[in-house]
Amino acid sequence: MARIGVFVCHCGSNIAGVVDINRTVEAARKMPQVVYAADAKYTCSEAGQSAIRDAIKQHRLNRVVVSACSPRMHENTFRRTVASAGLNPYLMEIANIREHCSWVHGDNKEAATSKAIDLIGMAVAKVTRDEPLTPKRVSMTPRALVIGGGITGIQAALDIANAGHEVVLVEREPSIGGRMSQLDKTFPTLDCSACILTPKMVDLAQHPKITLLTSAEVKSVNGFVGNFEVEIRQKSRLVDHVKCTGCGTCWQKCPENVNSEFDMGMGKRKSIYIPFAQAVPNKPVIDTASCRYIKYLKWAETKEGKKPPECRICEKICPTGAIDWEQPEQILTEKFGAIVVATGFKTFDHSVLGEYGGGRIPDVISGLQLERLMSASGPTGGEVKRPSDGAHPKTVVIVSCVGSRDDRIGRPYCSKICCMYNAKHAIMLKEHDPEIQIYIFYIDVRTGGKDFEEFYRRSQQEAGALWIRGRVSKIHREGKKLIVRGEDSLIGRPVEIPADLVVLATGVEASDGVVGLAQTLNISHDSYNFLVEAHPKLRPVETHTDGVFVAGAAVGPRDIPESVAHGGAAAAKAIGLLSKEELATDPMTAIVDPVKCVSCFACHEVCPFGAPEKETLRDGRTVSVINESKCKGCGLCIVACRPGAINLRGFTSQQVLAEVTSLWR
Amino acid sequence: MAQTPYAYFPGCTLHGTMLEYNASARLVCEAAGVDLRELKDWNCCGAWSAHTTDYMLGLALPARNLQKAEAMQLPMVVPCAVGFSRMKLAMHEMENPAVLSAVNQAIDKPFKNSVVVEPLLKVLASDSLDLEVKKPLQGLKVACYYGCLLVRPQKILKFDDENNPQTMDKLMSRLGAEPVDWDFKTECCGAGMSMPRPDVVNRLSSKILLAARSMGADCIAVACPMCHFNLDFHQREVEAERKEKIQMPALYFTQLMGLALGFSAKKLMLDKHLVDPMPMLKSKGMAA
Amino acid sequence: MQMAGAITPVASSEFLDYVGKQSGQRIMDCYQCGKCSAGCPTAYDMDLTPRQMIRAIQLGLKEEALKSSTIWMCVSCQTCSVRCPVQIDIAKAIEAVRLLAVAEKAPAAEKNVKLYHQVFLKSVEFTGRLYEMGLSVAFNMLSRHPFTGMDILPTMLRKGKLALMPVFKGTAEVEAIFARIKR
Repeated sequence: MARIGVFVCHCGSNIAGVVDINRTVEAARKMPQVVYAADAKYTCSEAGQSAIRDAIKQHRLNRVVVSACSPRMHENTFRRTVASAGLNPYLMEIANIREHCSWVHGDNKEAATSKAIDLIGMAVAKVTRDEPLTPKRVSMTPRALVIGGGITGIQAALDIANAGHEVVLVEREPSIGGRMSQLDKTFPTLDCSACILTPKMVDLAQHPKITLLTSAEVKSVNGFVGNFEVEIRQKSRLVDHVKCTGCGTCWQKCPENVNSEFDMGMGKRKSIYIPFAQAVPNKPVIDTASCRYIKYLKWAETKEGKKPPECRICEKICPTGAIDWEQPEQILTEKFGAIVVATGFKTFDHSVLGEYGGGRIPDVISGLQLERLMSASGPTGGEVKRPSDGAHPKTVVIVSCVGSRDDRIGRPYCSKICCMYNAKHAIMLKEHDPEIQIYIFYIDVRTGGKDFEEFYRRSQQEAGALWIRGRVSKIHREGKKLIVRGEDSLIGRPVEIPADLVVLATGVEASDGVVGLAQTLNISHDSYNFLVEAHPKLRPVETHTDGVFVAGAAVGPRDIPESVAHGGAAAAKAIGLLSKEELATDPMTAIVDPVKCVSCFACHEVCPFGAPEKETLRDGRTVSVINESKCKGCGLCIVACRPGAINLRGFTSQQVLAEVTSLWR
Repeated sequence: MAQTPYAYFPGCTLHGTMLEYNASARLVCEAAGVDLRELKDWNCCGAWSAHTTDYMLGLALPARNLQKAEAMQLPMVVPCAVGFSRMKLAMHEMENPAVLSAVNQAIDKPFKNSVVVEPLLKVLASDSLDLEVKKPLQGLKVACYYGCLLVRPQKILKFDDENNPQTMDKLMSRLGAEPVDWDFKTECCGAGMSMPRPDVVNRLSSKILLAARSMGADCIAVACPMCHFNLDFHQREVEAERKEKIQMPALYFTQLMGLALGFSAKKLMLDKHLVDPMPMLKSKGMAA
Repeated sequence: MQMAGAITPVASSEFLDYVGKQSGQRIMDCYQCGKCSAGCPTAYDMDLTPRQMIRAIQLGLKEEALKSSTIWMCVSCQTCSVRCPVQIDIAKAIEAVRLLAVAEKAPAAEKNVKLYHQVFLKSVEFTGRLYEMGLSVAFNMLSRHPFTGMDILPTMLRKGKLALMPVFKGTAEVEAIFARIKR
């Protein structure tokens, strides 16, 4: 015989402000097998939890219904509460009378109260039929995979490795360093970006616990927290990095020049190249899209069109014979206990904005392009020269919110970093040329950060930048000048500024390919393709897939200090996980009744986790059986099972039907 | 040559001050196999004034013309950008059945709002037309000027890009000319302000003229009588204000097409412009 | 006591509702970035820039809006509308204010623009089409600048660009349309 206790939470006024608590408790008291019902201001508080524990003992309760907020919020809290009073934690049910009731029915208190009573009645019906469940234990692979080698991923990898765990870092570009390596200086301190980043890159490369895989991508992920099995595609570089010493002869002699991705098209690189001087690893790769010999090989297959030169200069001059035209792509399979996703961001492509020239005007450049022009190791050696004619600009106009705060192009969000990098660019431009005049069009200046407001003021006081409140509508060429049209919305008059160079503060966007990766990892992304955290405030680096953590600008626009903090936070969570010797798995898994199973194996086809396996019984029949350590309890197999042979522990058909039938009153 | 029939709505100015647009349009259409069947008793589309001061009038005036084309069961072609814009925007409003029924009452005709309306530029720039280019416009740098009403709003007019349209540029390339890459293709010339606020038109058209000159254009090609008026007629006032000669000829794209197809300057009425294009055309060997 | 010249903004006004409904635009979405005014070809000659006009509607400042030059200086080029980052059709909102000003017979800040529209539509009402010569003469007379553009008149006539007499087309039908709408 069940002895059920019902605990109705006020949640301050969140529930009590709408639902009549007294009536609800009275109604609960009359429900079948309920022997005790009470209310509490905050059931989740220490006092509220003690009241549950006391009632369990005093009234010899063997099942509990907590009628409060969403189970996503406090299911674990109350499972621990009843467990500490000696009950099996799975003999507790939550009736969500906040999100499902008081918050959505604030305009109708009467109906809300009667719905709350119904929800409790359903939970009571279910808990009556609940059975004790026990988690299984599985072993832990104490290694972490970090995806993305920007500052976030570097920080996460170093922190995890320094805690003593092995780390594999996968970066799809030929070098680690990410966006930060493209910056000349950083706000608000004007630290040289390379000077503070490069030592970390070297630390990472030399760390005995870290394996670095560049030009590599995650291909597939199987398994579950503690035991992920990951396939990593090591792309062919056509250069044997074991033999290569990084001497640089090949990229000096390569005759093919192409636009450098690292320099955002402001400079050139060779077909065999390292992306930048401080690249890690400092060994080149061959870009097959532009390499002359590769083009020749393609031509040789069809003999169509003009014959490209056979070249092979790099191969001829390499002192260690490291060029390997046959180098295959490799698939590595590795096991990990935890995964940190730090895939970073890219900047908005302004060519979609026709009113700003649609990318056709050479002297309208992006903020990241300006960084490359200002960098001493950049294509102009740190001289700010405009792309069209190499002239030194005397009037520079900076345009804010390009690809941000714009519903029209599906980018309604604020990119957060641009206001500050605009101030930085103003100060740096003035350092490059004291005669330069800088105008910055803005809508709002957002300087929420340590020393940010002061830095913004510095751009006015030191660099003499004139900030003009208004969004630019049009940039057009008139001879060698660029005319920028805006409104000074503070004085309410149209403004036209003839500029020599226009810098667009392009916003932050999710990286290419992140959607595919999110699907591979079974984690969610939002409508802008930023990855979604388990809780935006309380679980900022976790995801809804256990053991997969997210960090940095892959989650949303972030600056460097936040990204570093995020990388560290994700590392701390991963370290906490990897430090366990074994893991308890969720016991709410599927179970097959072998008597009912007709061996159609439809469950094998629908399961995304590969949990159903086959077992031959003593009577010779082969039936389905669920591998509990792989099952996530999603329920797909249950729906697919025609004879109804599969049930989900904790959500059996009998339990769910009991909930539904409780409504027939 | 097979002739494709269209219901032709020329618009008031093509029968008035801009007769050269009408004449050149008819010449090249005939040569290109576009059969223009002018609407009988067509009326003014209301231009800027009707929709500006009276919602229903702004719909009923275009609707009376649209109804005629619908009855002819032909797509309507409009050389005038103002007319094109008014037809399309009125049709957009009339997608609301209540509005359509009110308009039907106002024009006292059954109109189903089911007619296809195209700008003449789109029809004549079609790749499927068989154009015999007899005198390629070799070495002529043309700044193609589309104005506002031909392209904006792109979502409704569905013709070409709002900022950097290409239809006329591609046509000019096909005729052997060199279209200029410039940023004023769809900036406003001042539209109907010519009479009530000529100062506004002078300021706006001067920007367009100077931008075209600064990008090295020999002439501006237009597809709108109002744009033409503001760039050609107002140029003398711009010159007077700036105390400098600009002498940037503004030609209808149909006139440039006509030259390339071998029609004479006289037939194309190149003498109708206030800024005489002949010296420029002669210097390029394109007119005698 | 309120300070002289201070405005009293109203968070929700009849005027805001009216313009929102007539134009079908979500006026309160505007966050005042100013891109509309930046691209507006005639903002130079407006007492309220398009952004300020939207603000006036947001604040319920009906009188300011109706007597502004903005509603008459707008040439419906649509630049503001297509570039608005929150997708407000600003030209349509301005049109709704102008139509209200016409309906309420508010004095027009740009008398000549309003006069032009009146003369233009008279010409269309009586001849079915625009009679350009008639329009210029009538407009010049009524705006009290009888000789504007007269220096170019002989050239225009010589080039055959101006017809001295109107062409009467579809007159009766068009007049009937005007009559039905006025009713």
